[in-house]
Amino acid sequence: MKANALIGGTLVGLLAATALTAAVWTPFDPLAIDLRARLEPPSARHWLGTDEFGRDVLSRIMAGAGTSTLIALSTVVVAVGAGAVVGVVAGYLRGSTDRILMAVNDALLAFPGILLALGLMAVVGPTTYGLVLALGIAYAPSVVRVVRGTVLSIREKEYIEASRMIGDSGVYTMVRHVLPNCVAPLTVLATNLFGTVVLAESALSFLGLGVPPPAPTWGNMLAASRPYMEAAVWLSLAPGLCIALTLVGVNLLGDALRDRLDPRMAVA
Amino acid sequence: MAAYALKRLLQTVPTLLLVSAAVFALIRLVPGDPAQLMLGDAADAAEIAELRRHLGLDEPIPVQFVYWLGRALVGDLGRSITNELPVLPLILERFQVTATIVIVAVALAAAIAVPAGMAAAWRQNSPGDLLIVAGATLLLSIPSFWLGLLLLLFFGLKLGWLPVIGYVPFSEDVGQAVRYVILPVATLVLVETGVIVRMARASTIEVLRLEYITHARAKGVPEGLVLWRHALPNAFAPTWTLIGLILGNLLGGIAVVETVFTLPGLGRLLVDSIFARDYPVVQGCLLLTAFVYVVVNLVVDLCYPLFDPRVSAE
Amino acid sequence: MTGTGPAPLLEVERLRLVAAGPEPLVDDLTFDVGRGEVVALLGESGSGKTLAARAILRLLPPGVRQVGGRITLDGEDLASLPPSRLRRLRGAAVGMVFQEPMVSLNPALTVGAQMAEGLRLHTRLTRAEIRERCLAMLRRVQIADPERCLGAFPHEFSGGMRQRIMLASAMLLRPKLLIADEPTTALDTLTQREVLDLLVELTRDHGTAVLLITHNLRLVARYAQRAVVLRRGALVEAGPAAEILSRPRDPYTRQLIEALPRRGPARPLRREEPPVIVAENLSVVFPGRRRFLRTTPGRTAVDRVSLAVYPGEIVAVVGGSGSGKTTLGRAILRLVPASGGTIRFRGEDLLTAGPEAFRRFRLACQMVFQDPYSSLDPRMRIGDIVAAPLRHLPEMSRAARRARVAEVLDEVGLAGFERRYPHELSGGQRQRVAIARAIVRRPAFVVADEPVSALDMTIQQQVLALFTSLQKQYRFACLFISHDLAAVEQIADRVLVMQQGRIVESGTRDEVFDRPQHPYTRALLRAALMTEGPSAAAG
Repeated sequence: MKANALIGGTLVGLLAATALTAAVWTPFDPLAIDLRARLEPPSARHWLGTDEFGRDVLSRIMAGAGTSTLIALSTVVVAVGAGAVVGVVAGYLRGSTDRILMAVNDALLAFPGILLALGLMAVVGPTTYGLVLALGIAYAPSVVRVVRGTVLSIREKEYIEASRMIGDSGVYTMVRHVLPNCVAPLTVLATNLFGTVVLAESALSFLGLGVPPPAPTWGNMLAASRPYMEAAVWLSLAPGLCIALTLVGVNLLGDALRDRLDPRMAVA
Repeated sequence: MAAYALKRLLQTVPTLLLVSAAVFALIRLVPGDPAQLMLGDAADAAEIAELRRHLGLDEPIPVQFVYWLGRALVGDLGRSITNELPVLPLILERFQVTATIVIVAVALAAAIAVPAGMAAAWRQNSPGDLLIVAGATLLLSIPSFWLGLLLLLFFGLKLGWLPVIGYVPFSEDVGQAVRYVILPVATLVLVETGVIVRMARASTIEVLRLEYITHARAKGVPEGLVLWRHALPNAFAPTWTLIGLILGNLLGGIAVVETVFTLPGLGRLLVDSIFARDYPVVQGCLLLTAFVYVVVNLVVDLCYPLFDPRVSAE
Repeated sequence: MTGTGPAPLLEVERLRLVAAGPEPLVDDLTFDVGRGEVVALLGESGSGKTLAARAILRLLPPGVRQVGGRITLDGEDLASLPPSRLRRLRGAAVGMVFQEPMVSLNPALTVGAQMAEGLRLHTRLTRAEIRERCLAMLRRVQIADPERCLGAFPHEFSGGMRQRIMLASAMLLRPKLLIADEPTTALDTLTQREVLDLLVELTRDHGTAVLLITHNLRLVARYAQRAVVLRRGALVEAGPAAEILSRPRDPYTRQLIEALPRRGPARPLRREEPPVIVAENLSVVFPGRRRFLRTTPGRTAVDRVSLAVYPGEIVAVVGGSGSGKTTLGRAILRLVPASGGTIRFRGEDLLTAGPEAFRRFRLACQMVFQDPYSSLDPRMRIGDIVAAPLRHLPEMSRAARRARVAEVLDEVGLAGFERRYPHELSGGQRQRVAIARAIVRRPAFVVADEPVSALDMTIQQQVLALFTSLQKQYRFACLFISHDLAAVEQIADRVLVMQQGRIVESGTRDEVFDRPQHPYTRALLRAALMTEGPSAAAG
């Protein structure tokens, strides 16, 4: 399945390039209002047209790519970081520590990720920082599950016993043997989580509980486009297509990574 | 079997306790005085003091939790701040809307996706398989709210076949009710079909590799029967778990889809309550969501031995 | 090949199977099976024996294709048959028994449903008649309580029982040919013998021919009339089994026969030094699981075992699966907590000694594990894996460590492998790495847990020879845990026989192998085919 990696890599690369470009340059200022040029269809000047305030949609899409990527990356770091620590500790120590941690984790898993984020947004307030925190907490429990499962299966390997036989301490075994072998599944997980978070962030922004306007994100652009759906269809098409393409890219890349890193494939 | 069911049932008790604690804690984490938050800025000091006493906010936190939990257990989730209505009937009414749409959508999605996923796995790497996999990946990558908007635009505005916004309860006019839920259901079916197809395909591929499938073929069992009798029960077990997870997740609220189609569902209620800072309703929504999730998972697990007889033996 | 008489039942001519790779998986393979005859298809892993057998019923895995040759059954060309006609032959004319009893029966269907399936498809018997036939066949393969068995699920049975059920299910249709693909490899020695005896008896009664796919020379010698030896997809040698085993013509066949373990000269027992390790009344009880309102009783895996291992000797622990031999090895190394008894290392009681004494013990002991795929960390280079134990010898310099690793790798025949990763190595090479890791710190005591049973025969012999020569050279004491009596016969000085957690017999190798006292030892030896096998003839 080389096509997976190729298409996925291209799409994700395109996203990264767009996000990086937007950080230094966009065709227009994404926030600049031009009331004389409201709801203009795509033209040579505005490739993707303008919105209800006459802002350039292409510039906003590019800036939105930057915001979404940044939020998704930070969230993945928070969720994977916190989830991996808890998962490794629970899976390696077992016993009552494991039971208590997993009971709490299961309780958090009982809230659909996006709803937990919604609830947390109510607490932390609608700021970018709060959004990352809320999404991070919301998606960490699923990371904990995967990491703990991986650690439990690695623990059963004979090389862990061999490490004990050699006289290595528990902490050394964990750092030298358990953690490195968690990296592959964690990579796949982080990739898929990135996609999930892009989707969740745009959904929250769509609902008005994500990144506060006027900062552009694909989600709040879609929400703002609703009243003009018939009159200015490009307003709905562009951001939605961007989210979809990003997710296709991330999902394909995740599939490619999984095929490559799956331990069953590695042995054969 | 009875022992397994009982054990699984008892396992939900601590989870539900922790879930309630989490919901309780979440609202207590909101910066500021809950009474002040609930009454809004216009309230005077006497009102706030009265509410504090009523809510038991003078008591230590664990005691407050016990009171709150005790009331929740008898169905008293407090009253909405915005319209003074009791929370429980309010969220149950909204939940009906969400549940109708979600259950129909997930059932349809499973009915389409499981056969499609199995067919793809059966002819792995054939053009048909690639088509199904590509389609599924595309479907699950499309954000539900965008897909909803596109469907709305096309079938509602351009073709004018279906109503664009609103909702008619089934109890009033079944025909109209169906017309109003077609698009939201279609949106969810499309997105979830993508997810379930991939799972059904992956687990069927795993199963088809196993020796008992070759064993069945070596006995002369025709291919259709190999898939139906030998592969399906085994491949369906993980898919069944996934369907349960999806159901549990969606029942908690399909806030974005409800927003697109302006449906009076649970998710929309939660979002509106967050905006209105109507914390008793927020609390109620979250609690119901988690409760439903736990119950759905319980039902899924209790059905599991039907597909995998090994489970109840352990 | 059979020459005279009627046409053979099955004829495979110039069979050629390919997959994506450049090399064919099976190339130009020709053999036949006569009516009622037992023919063995003998080969190591990668010889293509299983694929060749599966090609007969067109049950090749995805990606493998037949590109040449003819397969005829009873004069009918199987390749030209339409799928529906072929399906009528599957099960009815040709039955199959698979290797892994744990995955060959469908876990979601009852035994009765799976047994009845073949009869329902291929006969017009009524429900009651089918049930009667199934019950009779289950009785025939000595399943206790066949009535209950029909309604039970496969997971309720042990491996040996499942293999009997599979045999019964295949023989219900009285096929003309039974393909048995390593039917007993996953079973322990005792069960292996019972199932195979049953298979041969049953097929003889029904006049069914058997194509026995195996890597085990002893099985060929005992059960097959003719043998076909395969290597890397090509035929090496074919002919009457007895002739091939006693007068092999091809060098590879000769190599296979030489790879059979045989008894070396007995070494004198040394008792001048005190024992390295002494266990007295050692017990291991796995605690029962806490269930709802009650606790299931614990399981005693090792029951008051006493043993001593002296410097320079190899003490073998033999027994069937579940005998507790693996747990005993791990308990002595303190990888599994003991529930009772004492372990003394060089006179120090490990259960009461302080952490320093325990550390001395840990640094002086090593273990070689069974599974060469699981015992090496896949993310470490071979050099680092072998050097890992040296980390705990602070007095050693970096250069000295590197030199020691190079030296040890050279000793195990893997000089220059430092920079490679485990997945680049074959199973035999991995096990050599595991041995190198075990001896790099010059241990006083090594526990080897089935160190060769996951390897191919010829590789087994090489690794076993390597292990014994290193043991001789460094004179470490060794506890050699194995279910393979042939390997034990070759290398052990003394033998302990374990059954249900207890040692039921012990003595020098010659005592135990030549004059077994306990009935369990005798049964094990008989089952290992030592009395009728070629090693007796050759040795």
